[in-house]
Amino acid sequence: MIKAILIFNNHGKPRMSKFYEHYTEDTEQQIIRETFHLVSKRDENVCNFLEGGLLIGGSENKLIYRHYATLYFVFCVDSSESELGILDLIQVFVETLDKCFENVCELDLIFHLDKVHNILAEMVMGGMVLETNMSEIITQVEAQGKMEKSETFVFQCPRQDR
Amino acid sequence: MPSSVRLQEMIRVIRSARTQGEERGIIQKECADIRAQFRQGDNGERSHSLAKLLYVHMLGYPAHFGQMECVRLIASTRYSEKRIGYLGAMMLLDEKQDASLLITNSIKNDLSHSSQYVQSLALCTLACMGSAEMCRDLAPEIERLLRASNSYIKKKATLCAVHIIRKVPELAEMFTPSARSLLSEKNHGVLHGAVVLITELCKHNPGTLDQFRKAVPELVQIMKGLVTSSYSPEHNVAGISDPFLQVRILRLLRILGHNNDTASDAMNDLLAQVATNTDSSKTAGSAVLYETVLTIMDINSESGLRVLAVNILGRFLLNNDRNIRYISMTSLQKIVQTDHNAVQRHRGTIVDCLKDQDTSVKRRALELSLALVSAVNIRSMMKELLIFLSTCPPELRSHTTSGIFNAAERYSPSKRWHIDTILHVLTTAGGDVRDETVPNLIQLITTASELHCYTVHKLYRALVKDISQQSLVQVACWCIGEYGDLLLKGECEEIEPVQVTEDDVLDALETVLQSHMSSPATRGFALTATMKLSTRITDNVDRIRSIVSNYSSCIDLELQQRAVEYNALFRKYDHMRAAVLERMPVMDKNSPGHTNGDTSGVIKETDPSKLKPVEAGLLSEPASQVCDLLDLLDGTDTPLQPSPAPTNNPTTTSSADLLDLLGGLEPAPVLTETVYEKNGLSLKIQCDKQTDTEVMVTLIGSNSTQNDITNFTLQAAVPKSVQLQMKAPSGNVIPAHGLGQVTQTVVLNNPNKVSLKMRIRVSYSNQGAVHQDTVQIDSFPSPTCPPSVSPL
Repeated sequence: MIKAILIFNNHGKPRMSKFYEHYTEDTEQQIIRETFHLVSKRDENVCNFLEGGLLIGGSENKLIYRHYATLYFVFCVDSSESELGILDLIQVFVETLDKCFENVCELDLIFHLDKVHNILAEMVMGGMVLETNMSEIITQVEAQGKMEKSETFVFQCPRQDR
Repeated sequence: MPSSVRLQEMIRVIRSARTQGEERGIIQKECADIRAQFRQGDNGERSHSLAKLLYVHMLGYPAHFGQMECVRLIASTRYSEKRIGYLGAMMLLDEKQDASLLITNSIKNDLSHSSQYVQSLALCTLACMGSAEMCRDLAPEIERLLRASNSYIKKKATLCAVHIIRKVPELAEMFTPSARSLLSEKNHGVLHGAVVLITELCKHNPGTLDQFRKAVPELVQIMKGLVTSSYSPEHNVAGISDPFLQVRILRLLRILGHNNDTASDAMNDLLAQVATNTDSSKTAGSAVLYETVLTIMDINSESGLRVLAVNILGRFLLNNDRNIRYISMTSLQKIVQTDHNAVQRHRGTIVDCLKDQDTSVKRRALELSLALVSAVNIRSMMKELLIFLSTCPPELRSHTTSGIFNAAERYSPSKRWHIDTILHVLTTAGGDVRDETVPNLIQLITTASELHCYTVHKLYRALVKDISQQSLVQVACWCIGEYGDLLLKGECEEIEPVQVTEDDVLDALETVLQSHMSSPATRGFALTATMKLSTRITDNVDRIRSIVSNYSSCIDLELQQRAVEYNALFRKYDHMRAAVLERMPVMDKNSPGHTNGDTSGVIKETDPSKLKPVEAGLLSEPASQVCDLLDLLDGTDTPLQPSPAPTNNPTTTSSADLLDLLGGLEPAPVLTETVYEKNGLSLKIQCDKQTDTEVMVTLIGSNSTQNDITNFTLQAAVPKSVQLQMKAPSGNVIPAHGLGQVTQTVVLNNPNKVSLKMRIRVSYSNQGAVHQDTVQIDSFPSPTCPPSVSPL
C-alpha cells in the first residue's frame, strides 16, 4: 500500500501532498519536513530507495524517490509494493503530467494544484495503484475537464446577461 | 476558468510574500475572506473558496472550517462543485470527524448517478477515507458496481472493495464470487484491480485461499499472454508488456503456490519462461525478474528453478545500477534463511558492497553480511566487518557493533580471538556499544584464566593511549584492579614485554579519575581498581591511601561513599583488607550474582517471578468467578499458564530448592495417589503439607509409552474462596518408558475452610497428536486418608 505521495522542491516547499493514511495536520507537515531532510541529503548517483523516517512508520516503510530538475517526487510505501514497480510508476506519473500540461514545470504544478490531484486520482486510489496506462489516464482526465468546462460555460451565460 | 484565475491570483500573492511572517499575514487575510464567503456566498463562489482553502491547507495552515463546506458542495448537482467538494473531503475529512458521516448519503446517491465521472468521484472518496460504518453501509452498492458493464467503473469499484475489506474484514465473503469472474476481463485496469482484490481476499481468509487456488491455471494463461504477446503500445513500458500487471500476478501466484504442491507445479513452466525471456536491461524488466525470483523461492519449486533464481540474483548483484543492487540484496535477505548455501556463494560481492558510497546499499550489505557469518568464515568476515566499522556512517554504528558481538559470541574460534575482537570494537566505536557489553566482557575475561596476563597488558596499553571510550576504560580499570600483579610482573608470552612500574599504573588510574571525559561510573571503576591494587602492589600503598582520602570529600555521592568506605578499610579494618580485596571468583553467565548492569540477566530473573504472581492471580480470579467446579477457564487458558519457567534455570533451581526444603518431609511416608491414567500418561498427586487453611500438593506426571510426551501442561481450577498458586513445572517433556517425571507444585490457600476440590486439565502431545483431558479431585490426600477422585 502507498502511504503517502509527496512532491516538494529543492528547498522543501511542498508542491503537492497526498496522504492515504490519516495523520493530523501538524504531523503531515512534520512528515514533509522529515522526508525532505532525508531525501535532500542524498547524492546524485546513489540508489533511489531509503528507509522511512520515524514519523511515517520507521524501517517497515520505504521512501522511493526521483529527482527531476527542481522537484522531488517521493512515494512512501510499505513492504507489499514492488520497489522497482513504484519507481516506474513515478516515471509514468511524471510523463502523464508532462502530456497534460505540455512540458510541465514547477510553476504548472503550483498554479494548477487541483488538476494535479485529479490526474493522481486516476492513477492511485486509496493507496493502491489504479491505472498505469498513460493514454487511458489522459483520456479520462480530458473527458472530466470537458465536463467541467461545459458546466461553467452554462453557468457563465446567465451571469453575463445581467 | 474563473475558479482557476482566482486561485491563481491568490497563489501569486502568496508567493510574492518575502518572509514567513508576511506569508502568514496574507494567508490569514485570505482565510478570513474564505470564511466570509462560506457564510454568505452561493455555491459557485463556494467552490472557488474551497479550492483556495485546499491550497492553504497544503502549505500547512489550519483549514478545519472548510469541512462543512465540503459536505455542502458534495451535495450540489454540478459536477465542478462536486469535484472540488470530494477533493476537499479527501484532504480535510477523516473517519474521526463527524462530518464524514454526513457525506455517506451523498456518496450513496452519487454511486447510482448517471454520469460515470460522478460515480468515479464517489468511489474514489470512499476508497480514500471511508470509515468502517460507511463501508458497511455502502458495500452492497460497491458489489453491484463490480458487475457493471463499464470497465472504468469496474476497476474503481474493485479497488474500493479492497479498501472495504481492509476496513471491515467480515465483508470479504460478499466480494468473493464477483472477484473470480473479474479474472476473465480483457481490460488491464480491471484485471489489475481484480488481482489486487483476490490478493487481499486470500490474505484475510485461508478458506478463500483454497478456493482461489483453482484460478491458478487462469492466471498462468494471462501471464503467458502478457509475456509472449507482440508489441502493444498502450501497455508497453520500456519493452515489457504491462509490467505492473505482471508483477501483481506474480505476487498473487506466490501467495497461492506457497506450501502447495499442485499449485506450484502448475506455475513451474511459466516461471521458467518468464525468468529466461525477460529482458532486464531496463528497470521494468528487472522489476518483473525480481518478482519472479521471489516467487520461485517462496513456493515449492524444483531445485533447478531455484538455482536459476539465485543465479539471477547474483547477476543483479554485479549490476552497475545501484537500484538493482539494492533490490537484489533485499531479496537475498529474504532467502538467506532457507537457502543459506546458495547465498554464501555471493559472499565476496556482498562484502564488497560494504565499501559502496551509498548508505542504503551499505545498510543492506551489512544486514546480509551479518546473516552470512558462520563458523567457517568467521575470521575473514570479522576482518571485513571491523574495517567497515571504522569507516561506517554513524547511524549504522550501533547496529554494526551489536551484530559483531553476536557473531563473535556464537562463532568465535578461540577466547583470545574473541577478546581481541571485542577490544578492537571498543577502541574503534566504544561510544556506540550496548550497556551490557562491559559486564559481558568482564565475565568473558574472568573465564579465560590463561589469558589474564595477556588481556591486562593489552588493556593497559589501550588505556594509556586513549581514555575517551568509556566502555573500554571501564573494562581496563577493572582488569588492572584485578590482575595488577600480573601486569607488574612484566612477562607475558604472547606480547612483547614492556616494563610497567607501579607508578605508571597508578598514574594511569589517576588520569582516568581526574579526566573530565570520564563518566561517574568510570570514575567509580577507577577508584575501586586503585583500592584493589593496594593488596597487589608493595611500594606505593601510601600513594593509594592519599588518593582514596582525597576522594572522601568528592562532590559525587557515589565516589564519596566509596572513598569513605575504603578509608575505613585502611584504618579500622586493615586486618580484613586482604580478604576483602582478593581476586574475584569466576562469574557464571546466568548466575543471580551476574547482574552488574546486565539488564538481560535481570529481566530473565524478575520476569518469571513477576509473571507467576500475576498468572496465579489471574488463574484464581476466573476460578472464583466460576461457580463451584463449572467449566475450566475456556480458551484463554494458555496465556495464564506459568509455562515459560521451565526454560529458565534460576527459577527451576528455586523451585527445586523449594522441593528440597520439603525433601525433609520425604522420609516420612507421604501418600501419593494416582488421579489420572490414560494412554500411558499417569498423573499422581502427593500431599506435601497440610494445615487448616493451606494445602500444598505436588502433581507428578509420568509416561510409560514408547514415545516422549511433549508440551505437557497442567491447568487447575478451584472453588470460589480458595486461592490457587501454581509454581513452575519442572519441565514440559516427559521422557518415554518412565525414565523421567514432570512435577509441579500447587499451593491452595483456603482461608474460609471450605471443602477443597480441584479440577485439573491435562494437555500434551504424543507422537504428533494433541490430547486434552480433565480430571476432578474431590478431596485431597492427607496423611491420614486417601484422596477421592472422580474422572470426567
